[in-house]
Amino acid sequence: MAKVAFTKNLERHVACPTVDAAGASVREVLDRVFADNPRLRGYVVDERGALRKHMVVFVDGEPIADRERLSDAVAPASEVYVMQALSGG
Amino acid sequence: MTLLVATRKGLFSVEGSGAAARIDRAMFLGDNVALASCDRRDGAWYAVLDHGHFGVKLHRSHDRGATWSEIGVPAYPPKPEGFVDKDMWGKDREWATKNIWSLEPALDKAGALWAGTLPGGLFRSEDRGATWTLVEALWNHPTRVKWNGGGADHAAIHSICVDPRDPKCVVVAVSSGGVWRTRDLGASWTPHTKGMKAGYVPPEQAEDPENQDPHHVVQSPSRPDVFWCQHHMGIWRSTNDLASWDQLHAQPSSFGFVVAVHPREPDTAWFIPAHSDQKRAPIEGEVVVNRTRDGGKTFQTLREGLPRQYAYDLVLRHALAIADDGNQLAFGSTSGNLWVTADQGDHWHVIAHHLPPIYATRYA
Repeated sequence: MAKVAFTKNLERHVACPTVDAAGASVREVLDRVFADNPRLRGYVVDERGALRKHMVVFVDGEPIADRERLSDAVAPASEVYVMQALSGG
Repeated sequence: MTLLVATRKGLFSVEGSGAAARIDRAMFLGDNVALASCDRRDGAWYAVLDHGHFGVKLHRSHDRGATWSEIGVPAYPPKPEGFVDKDMWGKDREWATKNIWSLEPALDKAGALWAGTLPGGLFRSEDRGATWTLVEALWNHPTRVKWNGGGADHAAIHSICVDPRDPKCVVVAVSSGGVWRTRDLGASWTPHTKGMKAGYVPPEQAEDPENQDPHHVVQSPSRPDVFWCQHHMGIWRSTNDLASWDQLHAQPSSFGFVVAVHPREPDTAWFIPAHSDQKRAPIEGEVVVNRTRDGGKTFQTLREGLPRQYAYDLVLRHALAIADDGNQLAFGSTSGNLWVTADQGDHWHVIAHHLPPIYATRYA
């Protein structure tokens, strides 16, 4: 299972411990995490399921390419980081 | 009466009136509070938090701000396949809530609320904000795709007036989208902008309803066929239940964002002028408030207690509040100054000089 970690800045608003989750894509992995932690979903993706504009997801060190469908592949040993994009400042 | 002050970095409550008013509590410190609202029926306070990275969230308090709970946020349905909906830059408009810019009790049913959002959807909750439903008749109106952002990248419903004569009758105003009314709780909508004119489109489109940019609209509680509007192009008033609007002219300027109407005197209203669209700051660095008592025939410019020079405070559309007594008003500025009056603006008292940029004030 992939390891999924979240920016510490989110902890002030919603619990988001690092967890292990199964799935072959970012979408599958995050859906698994959100199933156990439903309130977290709206902080990371919007109602369309697209990554929020100033969020970024790294899989094994690389930012994902598909920010709308989250179809980027995840391997069982992958590390997934859900972070804030420091877009300026 | 408690005054709520929503700012870029927190929500503040103010107790006391006039010169005795003091900040009592700071809530959500560090968070961007876009709007504060309240429901007199159950005493609930509402706060809209725009977390930027993490999206917009809605919180409710039942103990006057001591504790808050996160509740639901309006969510748009999926855009139908093949539906063409482009923004003013020609990009596909995302059907996703960008912010909540108005929140008012729906007076037809206990616990029901209306919320106006960016990019222009009106939502209704039947359960004190736990769940929300898009008002599809307005969102699907053929002209809605022409609504544009006024000062933001998205069209925004910023004013919601629930008619005191009939709560099924609701007026909403939209930045660069016009003024709309339903008489059947949102099932059907008609535009009401006759008499308004836009100067930022080609002349033949100047009177199109969807081109009007009301900055803020209020309805007189005591004579509900009277509406006041601070429009991008100036000040308008309707005295015939929105059949038409008449333009009014104030000195030193008719440009601004806010309007407040007296709860029992339909001809008494307040505005806070800025220089112009091109110079969104007080004229010659002097903060003033305009008050009319005769339906806009004349305006009195109020200065007592306000800075007379080197002040560049802009007052945003939700940042002027009036209390039920009609005597207390409060306004806050983008420079973080907060003023109150207990005598309808004859004398103003500064409550704080160093707050974060103020977005909204509201008497709870």
